This record gives sequence, C-alpha cells and structure tokens, in this order.
Amino acid sequence: MTLTAPAPAAETPRSRRRAPRPVQRLRDSYSRYWYAYAMVAPVVIVLGVLVGYPLLRGFYLTLTDANSLNSARTIGVNTIDATYKFIGLDNYAEILWGPAAYDRFWSHFVWTIVWTVTCVLLHYAIGLGLAMLLNQRLRGRVAYRLLLILPWAVPTFVTVFAWRIMLADAGVINSMLDTIGLASPSWLEDPTWQRTAAIMVNTWCGVPFMMLSLLGGLQSIDENLYEAAEIDGANAWQRFRHVTLPGLSSVSSTVVLLGVIWTFNQFAIIFLLFGNTAPDAQILVTWAYRLGFGQQPRDFAMSAAYGVLLLAILIVFTSFYYRWLKRNDQLA
Amino acid sequence: MTSSPSTKQRRRGELGPVARVGTHVTLTVASLIALFPIVWLVYLSLGPDKDDYLHPGGIFAKATLDNYSFVLTNTAFFNWLWSTLVVAGGTTLFGVMSAATTGYAVSRMRFPGHRPLMWVLLLTQAFPIAVLIVPMYEIFSQLRLVDSHLGLILVNCTTIVPYCSWLLKGYFDTIPVELDEAGMIDGLTPFGTFWRLILPLARPGLAVAAFYAFITAFAEVAFASTFLLDDSKYTFAVGLQSFVSEHDAQWNLMAATAVLIAIPVTIFFYLVQRHVVTGLTAGGVKG
Repeated sequence: MTLTAPAPAAETPRSRRRAPRPVQRLRDSYSRYWYAYAMVAPVVIVLGVLVGYPLLRGFYLTLTDANSLNSARTIGVNTIDATYKFIGLDNYAEILWGPAAYDRFWSHFVWTIVWTVTCVLLHYAIGLGLAMLLNQRLRGRVAYRLLLILPWAVPTFVTVFAWRIMLADAGVINSMLDTIGLASPSWLEDPTWQRTAAIMVNTWCGVPFMMLSLLGGLQSIDENLYEAAEIDGANAWQRFRHVTLPGLSSVSSTVVLLGVIWTFNQFAIIFLLFGNTAPDAQILVTWAYRLGFGQQPRDFAMSAAYGVLLLAILIVFTSFYYRWLKRNDQLA
Repeated sequence: MTSSPSTKQRRRGELGPVARVGTHVTLTVASLIALFPIVWLVYLSLGPDKDDYLHPGGIFAKATLDNYSFVLTNTAFFNWLWSTLVVAGGTTLFGVMSAATTGYAVSRMRFPGHRPLMWVLLLTQAFPIAVLIVPMYEIFSQLRLVDSHLGLILVNCTTIVPYCSWLLKGYFDTIPVELDEAGMIDGLTPFGTFWRLILPLARPGLAVAAFYAFITAFAEVAFASTFLLDDSKYTFAVGLQSFVSEHDAQWNLMAATAVLIAIPVTIFFYLVQRHVVTGLTAGGVKG
C-alpha cells in the first residue's frame, strides 16, 4: 500500500479538463513534478521496503501456521527450510471465537480499551489543568515548568525501573501507605493492582507532553477574546467552556488522537514494568509480542494475526475520529 | 483546579491571594510527584547492597559511589554507550534528512499523490509494533540484519520518519511561500531553494525533529530487545534490563546505570526543550 502512494491517482480538476491519454498524463506529471517525486523518494522507498513489504508478508504469515519450529532457520551450518503451510483464516477464527477466545483475546481487548480511555482522559485532564495553572502570571512559573516536564525528559525505560523499585512489595510506596495506615497492595502481583500500577505509571509518563502541547495552545489564544467575554459578563466557567476549549480544539484534536494511538500501542511501560509476569495486565500489543517472542515455541502466525487485528481496530477508530472531527468543524 | 480565577476588579491573569496559594500548592505537589521517582532512583543508587531498596533508611549512613565505579569498570557500559550513540545518531541523520525533503515537497508542491502520501505516513504512525515485528524479524534474519546496528537504524526510521515528516511539513507551512518564489525568480532550482533558503530558516523545526528522532531511537525498547542478541551490542534500553533478570536482580547496579544514562539525556533535553515546545505547537496547530 505504501508503494502506491505517489502514483498519480488523485486527479486534479484541471487535469481532468484537459483529459489527455493516461500515459501522456503520467509523463506530463512526471516532467512537471519530478523534483517533488525525487524529494519524497527516500521516504517512499524506505517505508515501502520496511513497512509495506513486511506488512504484506506479515499478513501472509497470519494465513499460515508458522512458528519457530517450522520456519526457515539456520542451526550451525545447517539451513532448514520452512515447512509451515497455508491454513486460511483459521488463526483469526481461533482468536475471535475459538475455545480460548475470551481468555486470550477478549479479556485483553476489554482491558486495552479501558487502559487507553483511562490513560488518555487522565493525561488530558491533568495536562490541561496544569497547563492552565502555568498559563498565568505567576512567580516561579519557569521552575515549575522545568520540574513538571521531568518525567518526559528522562527516558521511559529508566523511569519505569524507578517505579518498579518503588512499587515492590516492601518498596517506598507501600511503606508510605503503611505509615498513614492504609493497606499496602501487592502492586506487581495482584492483577487488579497491576493494572492500576500500569495506568499510574503511564499517566505519570504521559502528562508532560499533553501539558506542554496544551500550554502552547493556550498561549496562542487571543487575550482579547477573554476580555470580550468578560465584558459580555461571562463567568470563569463560561470563559473556559466558550473561549478556552474552542481555542484549543485544533491542538486538542491532534494530541488526543496521538495520545490514543500511542497509549493503545504503548509497549515499553507494560513490558518493562512486569517483564514476563502478569499475563492479566498485558494489553494487546504486549500480548501479541509475548506470543511471538516471549514463549517457546514462538508462535509467529498468531502474533502477526493479533498485529493485523490491532491495526484494523486503529484504522477503524481513526477514520471514525476524523469523520467526527469533520462533522464538528462543519457545525462550528 | 482548572478554574480561571481572575475577577472583574483585577487585571486579567492576576490572581487573588487564595487562588495564588492554591495554584502554588497544586503546582508544588505536582512537581514533587514528577520529581520523586527520579530522586528516589538517585538515592537508591548510592546504596552498596542489592537489597538496600528495601531498607532505604540505612542507605544514608553508608552512602557510597561504589555502584558507579563497578558499573563503569566491570560491565559492558561503554559498549552499550557506543551502540546507543551509533543507533540513535544514525537514525537521526537519516531520518531527519529524508523527513525534511518529504515535508518540504508536501508543503510546497501540489504533486499528484501528496495527499495519499501524508495519509499513509499518518497511518504508519499508528502501526502497532506487533504488526511489523514478526515479518521484520523473518526478513532481517534472511538478510543477516538481526543483531546489527544498521538493521536497528532502519527499523527505527520507520517510526521516526512519518512523525518528523508531519512535524516538518507543519514547520515549512509557517515559512512564507513568497520566499520560495523569490528564490525561483533569482534562478534557484527547487532543490536549491530548499537547500539554501528554506532549510536554514527551518533550523528550529529541524532541531525539534532531530531531537525527537534521537530521543525516540535512544529510548526504543521493543525492536532493540528483539533484534539485538549479543550482550556487547545492546543499547542502553536493553542493557538496563539485563540487570534485573528473573534469577538475579541487582537493583543497586541498575539504579546507578540508570542515573548515568539519565543525566546526559536529561541535560540535553533541557537545553533544547524550548524549541521542542515551539515545534510541537507549530506541528500540532498546522498538522
């Protein structure tokens, strides 16, 4: 699909009016736009080879029973040819309504949705709150800002380990909870608490990005709008509702979409927080990875099938989201 | 928390005393939450024993830098540093250059296919690693690119290029087209205009893209964990995991290594963060 991108598929009205033969049109567009194509060529080639081809290949794998025992591999000097065979849509059928469909797919599916919605809501709400606090004349504003973006500045794979130490059974968080007389849950062992811990860590990591993006958005809102609203007698909530939120809408729609996609695909946090334990806290992405790389024999076909399903979910979501945005734009 | 506390008597943006105290308290608490895990990690890295994290009170009395000297002398730390720099640097160089030309072409030239191209790039951004990692592993093992830095650079580019292209397109959109036209009139080719006029003006945008690429490649976990097999070729993201295997968890060494990794990256981040915000907003508003 990537390879087809620069083909002259999108007809402009002008080219339709002239309507020369297709080959001629292709040649015209080439001579007129050759520099444009030259400039996009590296990206198109790289993505074509490294995304387009693997995507097709991966899709083919989902229609087979490939695993690490029957794939082509090299052991010492011996090369063993692949022996996996074509089995049609059986993998998908097994995932979606096979005997273990609930345990293996649907439970993770539901948890992934809960995870994505909760995390993005928390990111957005806390990020917006902090951004609005920072968008005031305030002593120490710069210092606050520098401190608040720290979770973003330090690489995730470092901070997740910090959290893992803190969340350990006798770690500092449980000691603190003990001190104030609360129960100390086993964050890294009990499924419910594992999920809570995962959401907590991801929220901690994700807020700074939202905060900075929304702060940028807030600063680009015209001060006069607020003044006008005040003169019209709008109270704080009304100003927030009718000036701030609409002023942020273009930034918001971008960062929320990015947030959903990133959270849905968030690999590092869950992978590093729980390692190979915690089957219940795995979201679909880490679960698929586990099938393909975290077990023996590695189930390549199943893992790829999960990947295709994940992609399908995201594509459906994104297209609905865009349709919804467009409709809102027309109403506004 | 989200209330905008200005009232009619005060000038806009100036706070009453209650609101001011509330704001400071909220921001201080939030800052502490943001800061604490990092401080804790630094503190634990001073404890000489691997179970010291369970008795943090004892560390204060016996704080030592032994973990640091052990990590620097007895582990593959410098191998990991080199691998990480090669992978992150290579990804940045190749990723940003190709994203810049693409972003410019899409921003300025209405060539047939520019719209689908941007859509495909956006879509690639959404690809779960699970879709690509299995076939990539298969392809790379045939090409003998598993366990090589070049392979990892190429893989990282697939995630970086789409985002950077969007970001840079957004940035190029903010540069007036009249400049390009002036360049053309003065006899520059489209490439010349791009290279000599626009690229220098887009330096802040390029910095953001480069920064994003570097940090992303630096911190990439999934592909690096899968494609790097040899202990000496690990990037930091993989190497750090090796301290905490199922059999033996050397938390003290892990913490010291983590601090050593985090310090330069964090300083670097703070040096360029102003540009990041400008770039993100430009990308966000225009994208």
